[in-house]
Amino acid sequence: MGAQPEVQLAVSSVSKHFGGVRAVEGIGLSVRCGELISIIGPNGAGKTSFLNMISGFYRPDTGSIMFEGRDITGERPSRIAALGIARTFQNIALFSGMTVLDNIMLGRHVRMKAGVLSSFIYWGLAQKEEVTNRARVEELVEFLELEDLRKQPTSGLAYGLRKRVELARALALDPKLLLLDEPMGGMNQEEKEDMARFILDVNQQWGTTIILIEHDMAVVMDISDRVAVLDRGRKIADGSPGEVQGNADVIRAYLGTAKDRQEVAAA
Amino acid sequence: MPGIEWQFTLVLLTNGVMIGLMYALIALGFVLIYKATDAINFAQGEFVMFAGFIAAGASDLAGAPFWVAALLSVAGMVVLGFGLERVVLRPLIGRPVIAVVMATIGLAAVLRGGATLAFGGGTRAIVMPVGDDPIELGPVMLPPVQLIGAMVSIAFLAAFSWFFLKSRIGIAMRAVADSQQVAMAMGIDVRRYFALAWAMAGVVSALGGIVWGTMLGVDNQLALVGLKVFPVVILGGLDSILGAVVGGLIVGVVENLAAGYLDPYLGGGTKDFAPYFLMIAALMLRPEGIFGRRRIERV
Repeated sequence: MGAQPEVQLAVSSVSKHFGGVRAVEGIGLSVRCGELISIIGPNGAGKTSFLNMISGFYRPDTGSIMFEGRDITGERPSRIAALGIARTFQNIALFSGMTVLDNIMLGRHVRMKAGVLSSFIYWGLAQKEEVTNRARVEELVEFLELEDLRKQPTSGLAYGLRKRVELARALALDPKLLLLDEPMGGMNQEEKEDMARFILDVNQQWGTTIILIEHDMAVVMDISDRVAVLDRGRKIADGSPGEVQGNADVIRAYLGTAKDRQEVAAA
Repeated sequence: MPGIEWQFTLVLLTNGVMIGLMYALIALGFVLIYKATDAINFAQGEFVMFAGFIAAGASDLAGAPFWVAALLSVAGMVVLGFGLERVVLRPLIGRPVIAVVMATIGLAAVLRGGATLAFGGGTRAIVMPVGDDPIELGPVMLPPVQLIGAMVSIAFLAAFSWFFLKSRIGIAMRAVADSQQVAMAMGIDVRRYFALAWAMAGVVSALGGIVWGTMLGVDNQLALVGLKVFPVVILGGLDSILGAVVGGLIVGVVENLAAGYLDPYLGGGTKDFAPYFLMIAALMLRPEGIFGRRRIERV
């Protein structure tokens, strides 16, 4: 075996309870640099809660999260974003009333150093930053084929395009780790194929590590290096797409046992 | 005589526009905070009053020249804005809206009491070095204070419109207002933008305090100007700068027309309730205001 790339994200046995609900129960996951890993599982399995802990929206009740050797457990989301972890949201979360370009430029926010006060005082620095960052945004616009939509308000765009703009905005952070929460949810087949291609390109061309939550099994098995399966807050499998597909626990979680199915059919 | 009648209307309208622009300036402070932090600031009038007290105190008590007093007032209000956000409002982030509302109502009382304590109960004057001779604009004579007040309003309303539409920080502030969570995921430190919004409201209030204080004199009553903010923003829309301008103009004009045409029949005082009458009508017909964003709740 050749030298493995180093571990970028090490999540060790994190838990999150909401009242009596055990959303996440002792999940561990280690992700290597450049890996594309998918997290699958039935609804309510804890996938989004897990992602929310990595991006800092939830503070884990127990366990720890290390990113590039640094403990980021319970850090503020804005700090985690600045360290190089970007994300998209399950429900499209574009800023309404803004153009495509404004939305993507907001992703550059962490890369722009001129602060609130200094950009009032020293206008030149802010302007220079604006130009360099605009250039990077332009690359992303081209990469995601959004050229014709720059000045369009996001509210008027088709669903698939809005999802694409959200990806562009996340990529504008120049993330080392990208968390995608159902980027293909609600898309038609053609839109899904486009999105899958973009995700693969990001992963392969730029070496960005990706954690993907997705329900479409065909896509997941097709593009992932590794698949982790959650069920009722626990991780029940973790391996290559082939390994996971043959795993008895996974099949049970998704399809239920023969007995369960008979009960459902009888009901 | 129709000639005189026409002139009378023109005077009322011009006066209404000038006063309306000055209302818009105060309403802008309110809108800035609502736009950025979703908080309703019931202490906006007291902000204006407090700024007036700083300016009047500096010139009246310490004998500072007008410009120094004005600068002190602006600086003082920026500090107050930052400070209040840090001490009073930041701990309330994520609490129900009613908590913030109550906090700003309490703040209003503290500012009124504090100002009296620090500056005494009497009415103080702010003297703008522009003289008292009215400026003649065609058939209309205007006090210079009103004209300056209106010009300051226009300048700042334009500047803030630009800020929110074009500047990076203004756009980030809109992002924070739109969704704090998503803004955080972009690496935006939401708390800093809240603080900035309060500081900006402080600047606007300082200008409002100086202009209104020059016109009315500075005492506790100055805070009552802030009450006019509510019809203005309800009419224009809570989160719209353009709405603050239009709402301000409507309130200013309606007030003056009511005073000119209804007072002789109703025995006076219509000026004070006409704007609220309009506000109630607006709430029934178009609760989000003329330019306000209709909130769509996803259930």
